[in-house]
Amino acid sequence: MIVELRNPTRTVEFDEAMSVAKLLNRLKVDRGSVLVICDGTLVPYDSKLAADAVVEIRNVISGGAT
Amino acid sequence: MKCRVCRGPAVIDLKRHNANFCGEHFLRFCNTQVEKAIGEYDMFAKEDKILVAVSGGKDSLAVWAILVELGFQADGLYIGLGIADYSDISGQYAVDFAEKRGLKLHVVDLVEEYGYDVPNGSKAAKRVPCSACGMSKRHIFDRVALEHGYDVLVTGHNLDDEAAVLFGNVLHWQTDYLARQHPVLPERDGMPRKVKPLVRLDEREMAAYCVVSGIDYMLDECPMSAGNSHLRYKDALNLVEQNSPGTKQAFFHKFLSQGAPFFADAGEEARAELGACATCGGPTPNDVCAFCRLVERAGGQPVKLTRAPARS
Repeated sequence: MIVELRNPTRTVEFDEAMSVAKLLNRLKVDRGSVLVICDGTLVPYDSKLAADAVVEIRNVISGGAT
Repeated sequence: MKCRVCRGPAVIDLKRHNANFCGEHFLRFCNTQVEKAIGEYDMFAKEDKILVAVSGGKDSLAVWAILVELGFQADGLYIGLGIADYSDISGQYAVDFAEKRGLKLHVVDLVEEYGYDVPNGSKAAKRVPCSACGMSKRHIFDRVALEHGYDVLVTGHNLDDEAAVLFGNVLHWQTDYLARQHPVLPERDGMPRKVKPLVRLDEREMAAYCVVSGIDYMLDECPMSAGNSHLRYKDALNLVEQNSPGTKQAFFHKFLSQGAPFFADAGEEARAELGACATCGGPTPNDVCAFCRLVERAGGQPVKLTRAPARS
């Protein structure tokens, strides 16, 4: 599994399939601060991600105020 | 995980609402929250002419999309702040969004029209960049809204933004700021009504709205905002929210219903002290407003506020 993170931009790889919950735990990412996107679609917390999935973890916290 | 409405596969879980939604019903949920905010705070009506301040980020593009979806007449305003590549790229997201949907977008470039950019303006004025940026944007929001006869200016401030600002104001007991903290700032001479229709939706929900509805937005953060206090307040509130979902919502909305009345007098006093800036005509407690002083120090050229002719 290839996982892309931003701010800072980096890529992390895992060999096995796992749930979104487990992935976020492994990366120590708060689920309330990100979206998990696979193939352009949002994936919920209990979804299973395939071992060959390409996943984006998108931070949603913005620093400025319009 | 199943959608609360249709029992189909859910794409998002909202812990503070103890609810999951599929894509279609999530978009409907967001539209309903915006409609509720507009109604609850009497923000504007269908016949009002609306200007949406857009940055190219998720919140402002989402609120513009939702207002159009709900049938409001809403044009956009993008301000080029001269923050290197960040401004160029974020501006392109705003332009692409408007072109794709056939919407009208006003574009104001700070360097071209005022002779300075945010990095240099903040140095010249000896202000932190976020302060110089916010002040510049507020002045231009007022100017463009008045020049083009808009009834109301919409910003994309969401629940997290408002809760973080409230947290900062409480930590420092800024009573005059607490008095002004409301989803609607009424119109007055030199300022259009300003409203925040996203106060019932949080950042994650707005980012999800963009992903589900196919809105491309600027993902990178402003390079000048790193480490600002607003972000630290958000981090602190998110720590609490992790263990107590709904805390941010209760903090902000209960302030509005139960706390804000205690600060009303401080707001009246601050409003009574405002006069017109000798340079631009905008509201200020001094002879010359802080924005015009910033422009002068940065070596730029102020622009006088002029109101559009009244609509018949």
